[in-house]
Amino acid sequence: MNKMLTASLEWVDTRFPLTKMWNEHLAQYYAPKNFNVWYYFGSLALMVLVLQMITGIFLAVNYKPDAGLAFASVEYIMRDVDYGWLIRYMHSTGASFFFLVVYLHMFRALMYGSYRKPRELLWIIGMFIYMCLMAESFLGYLLPWGQMSFWGAQVIISLFGAIPYIGEDLAVWVRGDYVIGDATLNRFFVYHVVLVPLLLLALAVVHIIALHEVGSNNPDGIEIKKNKDPKTGIPLDGIPFHPYYTVKDIVGVTVFAIIFCAVIFYAPEMGGYFLEQNNFFPADPMKTPQHIEPSWYFTPFYAILRAVPDKFLGVIAMGGSIVVLFFLPWLDRSPVKSIRYKGWIFKLALGLFVVSFFGLAYLGMQPPTPTKTLFAQIFSVIYFAFFLLMPWYSKIDKTKPVPERVTD
Amino acid sequence: MSTAGVTDVGTKNMTEAIDDKSKRRFLVTATTVVGAVGVGFAAVPFVMSLRPSAKTQAAGAPVEVDISKMEAGQLVIVEWRGKPVWVVRRTEKHLGDLPTLNAKLSDPDSKVVSQQPSYAQNLARSIKQEYLVVIGICTHLGCSPTYVKTGDPAGADIDDDWKGGFFCPCHGSKFDLAGRVYQGLPAPTNLVVPPYTYLSDTRILVGVDSSEGGVA
Amino acid sequence: MRRLIFALTWLLPTMAFAASGGVELQSANNDITDKASLQTGAKLFVNYCMGCHSLQYARFQRIGKDLGLTDDDLKEHLMFGTEKVGETMTIAMAQDDAERWFGVAPPDLSVIARARGTDWLYTYLLSFYLDPSRPLGVNNLVFKDVGMPHVLWEQQGWQKAVHKTETDAQGHSHEVVKLELVNPADEEKAEQYEKDMRNLVNFLEYIGEPAKLERRSLGWKVLLFLLIFLVFSIALKKEYWRDIH
Repeated sequence: MNKMLTASLEWVDTRFPLTKMWNEHLAQYYAPKNFNVWYYFGSLALMVLVLQMITGIFLAVNYKPDAGLAFASVEYIMRDVDYGWLIRYMHSTGASFFFLVVYLHMFRALMYGSYRKPRELLWIIGMFIYMCLMAESFLGYLLPWGQMSFWGAQVIISLFGAIPYIGEDLAVWVRGDYVIGDATLNRFFVYHVVLVPLLLLALAVVHIIALHEVGSNNPDGIEIKKNKDPKTGIPLDGIPFHPYYTVKDIVGVTVFAIIFCAVIFYAPEMGGYFLEQNNFFPADPMKTPQHIEPSWYFTPFYAILRAVPDKFLGVIAMGGSIVVLFFLPWLDRSPVKSIRYKGWIFKLALGLFVVSFFGLAYLGMQPPTPTKTLFAQIFSVIYFAFFLLMPWYSKIDKTKPVPERVTD
Repeated sequence: MSTAGVTDVGTKNMTEAIDDKSKRRFLVTATTVVGAVGVGFAAVPFVMSLRPSAKTQAAGAPVEVDISKMEAGQLVIVEWRGKPVWVVRRTEKHLGDLPTLNAKLSDPDSKVVSQQPSYAQNLARSIKQEYLVVIGICTHLGCSPTYVKTGDPAGADIDDDWKGGFFCPCHGSKFDLAGRVYQGLPAPTNLVVPPYTYLSDTRILVGVDSSEGGVA
Repeated sequence: MRRLIFALTWLLPTMAFAASGGVELQSANNDITDKASLQTGAKLFVNYCMGCHSLQYARFQRIGKDLGLTDDDLKEHLMFGTEKVGETMTIAMAQDDAERWFGVAPPDLSVIARARGTDWLYTYLLSFYLDPSRPLGVNNLVFKDVGMPHVLWEQQGWQKAVHKTETDAQGHSHEVVKLELVNPADEEKAEQYEKDMRNLVNFLEYIGEPAKLERRSLGWKVLLFLLIFLVFSIALKKEYWRDIH
């Protein structure tokens, strides 16, 4: 039996670099041995992507992308299709968990300087993944064709209209109609099921290739490739990804699965944050809901949009709040990568950033009042200041000496 | 295997090393088995979701046929699971003619079990002789044959001694009034008898098996 | 003190409760594992509501299966036409007719409990009162100027709106609207009505998501399995990571 397996493997290897890839990316890919909790979220993000694709396929088997049939087809899935309710909840919860995982993954990068040279391109690819993710969830949200689906899309697409000269025509072109309608639903379905998932898959592969080219960062922010064993050329602080991190990631996946299942079986609506109450009303173009809010993962940016009194400038600010992240590798002028060796200024700045992000997220969910708008403006300033002042404060910040080898 | 940062298992003494290896192998096997069971369980909802839904099952629900007003030789068609089901009221003459056709048929005794439930595995291929219940789809390639009565002039073109039955215009297959297929023609088997039962003397329910045996 | 004042004695015009138009909602206290309650609710719905409100996504057969009713039970108590048990619970009233008669077509109620919430529904059903200014003679404290008549007035008895001025602990006085029975003798009837509405709303919660019972019963089994797997996977991880100093 063993001989047959070895022979089969050899047959494949002479025609396809299977063992070579296995070694390069798993068994002989050396990752820093001091990964902590924050390093689970990359593999978890990949897991959620796969989960969304699988559940998405099984939903698409029964979903009907027609304005007259969509809402009913979702209820059909929830009631008449065996276990349809479970697949639906996995997908709707998965969308929220995707963002949770990705935000934590990005925050890890912020803390440990994972975007610094030579990982700038890795960070940029990640930012493109993030933008695709936002597009994917926006497109997907229209599909249930509830009140929030319809009016949320109506509001956001009309932002295109704010662009001078071409705005209105652009909005009509995106919608395929003068208002959100059946034409919009059908094309959003195709983009959501085919176009963006392919982009996400491709970008995820590219992201991992880019990572493996330079090797992972770690909580101490030091390059393990600087200290190699003279005989083997293997980083002294590196361990093979397989079996050590495969085995560790299985634990991570299991803990994630427990939390995930607790939600889908016991709180799939999550108090209206994962499945909005208002979306159980079928879309009614004649009746605008009193409060239109985006899903929780968009609310920080929505708050920034509303904080600016001018429609077009608000769009610029909202776009800018995401675009500024692309430039992070060049804004950070600190001599050290990781927060562990940075001074109090960076720690304060990051703390303020986190506070303002949560503050904006909360405010984005509320109906606007003068006081709330003022707070949103203050938090927006802090948000932008974190990035735009970074070239200055990262330079003057007093750093601590960085060790040669990683610490536990 | 000696990798920097990894304690070489080989540097321990022999017994420790063997214990490590067998403990490791046990844990890998155990975790894999439990994991495989989990994956199996997880696959169930996805596989089940592709089964016919409640809506499809409702559409495929049994169909009732009222036979109280049927005349002799009359054909009534109902739809069951998207297929035409024929109910034909046969006369004594029709039933008497059936055994005389045996030599011309491919499967006169309905030996091919898949084509009818056990209670229709008799000469008349039905529960009550008077009524034939059969799915009106040719067993060749799926066209729906035409009902050609005994006295119909078209019968002469089908067979020199046409005793009534069904003729499929697509490729010329012929079936008698018990749905049995004639030899030498493309259709390989007798027409399928669906599961059915008598709710009363005047009502047939197509789609539900009869618990009693057929009445010969 | 309960002789005249019912269900809505603690209504306050606080603006915080925008969704209910300024009315504090009462708790529906649902228990969808109570099959008897669900059966009563189903019967109430079919008898009083289904003339105008469909449950187009629900099937009779599913109700039978979940509530422990046989096909015969369904046909006798819940099905009045020539429907088959596998069919959905649609109604005969045409949408356009309904719009003409009521101003707005009575909505389908399959997911109303998820859209509005059970507390809202329960309070709504208890909050109809006489209002001569409205075309159908009634209004509702929870849903201002609603187009729905008080279908169940015979079960509850009529209520009227009474404006009172209340003073709170800080000495601030504000206008409060309370609903009182027009006929005090209806008190007992109104108490029974409250119980009936609990059952009806319980049924509506069930019909909003029939899978809820199944998902809760499946959930703990899944979590238990995952916990067992977690134990194995942690043991495996620790065993390998003994190699790393």
